[in-house]
Amino acid sequence: MISWAAREHHRFEAAGRPFVYLVPSAAIFALDDTADDVMRRLTERPYTRDELEAELAERHGHAELEDTIAELARVRAIGELIVPGADAAPPPKIFPLTPFPLTTMVLNVTNQCNLACTYCYEYSEDKIVDTENGLKPKFMSEETARQSVEFMLKESGDNKVAHITFFGGETLLNFPVLKQTIAYARQRGAELGKAVDFSLTTNGTLLKPEIIEFLAENQVGVTISIDGPREVQDKFRVFHNGTGSYDVVAPKIQELLKRHRSRPIGARVTLTSGPLDIKRIYRHLTEEVGFWEVGFAPVTTSPGRGHAISEHGYDEMLGQFRELAYEFLEYSVENRHHGFSNVKETLEEIHKGMSKAFPCGAGLGLMGVATDGDVALCHRFAGSDAHKLGTVADGIDRNAQHAFLEKHHIANKTDCSTCWARPLCSGGCYHEAHTRYGETTRPNLHYCDWIRGWTDVCLQIYGELSERNPAYLAQFDEPMAAERVS
Amino acid sequence: MKHLKPVNSKAARVDRATEKDVVALQRPPQQPQGPHFPIGCSLVFSPGWEADRAGGTAGLCQPVERDLFDCHIGCYWPAQVPDQLNHAPDWTSKCAAAQKDWRKIDLVFP
Repeated sequence: MISWAAREHHRFEAAGRPFVYLVPSAAIFALDDTADDVMRRLTERPYTRDELEAELAERHGHAELEDTIAELARVRAIGELIVPGADAAPPPKIFPLTPFPLTTMVLNVTNQCNLACTYCYEYSEDKIVDTENGLKPKFMSEETARQSVEFMLKESGDNKVAHITFFGGETLLNFPVLKQTIAYARQRGAELGKAVDFSLTTNGTLLKPEIIEFLAENQVGVTISIDGPREVQDKFRVFHNGTGSYDVVAPKIQELLKRHRSRPIGARVTLTSGPLDIKRIYRHLTEEVGFWEVGFAPVTTSPGRGHAISEHGYDEMLGQFRELAYEFLEYSVENRHHGFSNVKETLEEIHKGMSKAFPCGAGLGLMGVATDGDVALCHRFAGSDAHKLGTVADGIDRNAQHAFLEKHHIANKTDCSTCWARPLCSGGCYHEAHTRYGETTRPNLHYCDWIRGWTDVCLQIYGELSERNPAYLAQFDEPMAAERVS
Repeated sequence: MKHLKPVNSKAARVDRATEKDVVALQRPPQQPQGPHFPIGCSLVFSPGWEADRAGGTAGLCQPVERDLFDCHIGCYWPAQVPDQLNHAPDWTSKCAAAQKDWRKIDLVFP
């Protein structure tokens, strides 16, 4: 007699009804009572059809039960128990077709910074590349930037839009090259019939009227790195002499928000150890300062540093994220804008049912370019010879890229093979793993609980929206925007 | 579908893709069922080192951890593997697929 067993899934409840998130397909189904009863039983242990009949037929009826089992089996929520010895085939290791078009190029136009944030992954004890005494030029030359544009336009293949993100160091320290690069890319894009989209990340200290004017006119997307109100910002985001940066950046950001209306402007907050008040940071940055949206990211650091978030800290962060996420839900039910961008990004991935073989686009659709034109996995590895994937002059080293993808596929991360959150997480940030464990191949086991907790929250929000305001979710039918860089 | 409602786009795709799917068709053609031997139980018969499950020799020479695992899962064999109920609940947590991950199963010291 065949036994049925539940396949990998995560059950959650929203708007008073049960849902399942199926792994690895990442499909979400709402269940009726019968389906929920069957799923719950089969999650406890395998059942034969007779056993299911005996327990459930009276409540739900034979025919209904039969139908339900067929439907659940059809979508692979349940399956026949694999007989011992007949090993299930290992999941297929599917690689994207190469050459995979480049969607986003992150240009590190400088590796210098006028701030000295103590937690910074680029300069603090956890840095990968020595930018002080290293061999890399401190600023990208105009020539290298032009080569990078050519590289991007070529490697973007058939894509209609090429995204170029300027990054640093402090990006605006090399404003002259940035300005020329935009003009050059515009012109070359037009010649080749390709739209080029620009964005940058800055600490805001060097914003001045001419720069703001330029960014607004050229519709450059701007993300400001800022940690919150004065006392939070000035804790880590300091100048080289140790003074806080809040009073310098706040008025400049106000100016930027007033003038630059062509693109929504977001804040990017780094969360560290110590008392967290995410709601207060959020309120300050949206209501008091005027940012359109705020994204939060826990600091990337090796364990044991003073600013590293502890396990308890992650729990606390999850609790506060949950509160803010439910606020987002209530706004979204009424079709009002809410700027907590972490939820929105996850909702989009959930809506599309993304099931990732790789945690992000690094080395695939996204690459970082160092000041000398070396191409690396992403901006966080720019300049690191160990993570080099080519140069802008010679193009992508396809062998290196293939070797990288081969080594980092989710199928290699055995720790993840039993986790229901792997379609979305896929082991997490390479740079985080490198900083934490010294290897990009390692899954980030230190934040598994946090990822599962957060994914569960977002699934609930998604479930609620699907019941209470399904029209809201239609916005996520659009193709994915460029990957966010932080 | 009556009992499940596709909610996200992927679910809708799964629904469309499996519309004509009949569960029975997923099953491989039924082989005549031979007598069932619990694999790896030395009390009965131990395929893996004499004959494989189908009575042939194609599946012989299983690595040693396969034996260990068979005893561990299929048999009552208290001495050979750590007591996963009480003392070493995480003994195999790093071993998702025995053939690949068996090196990750470490010794357990009481």
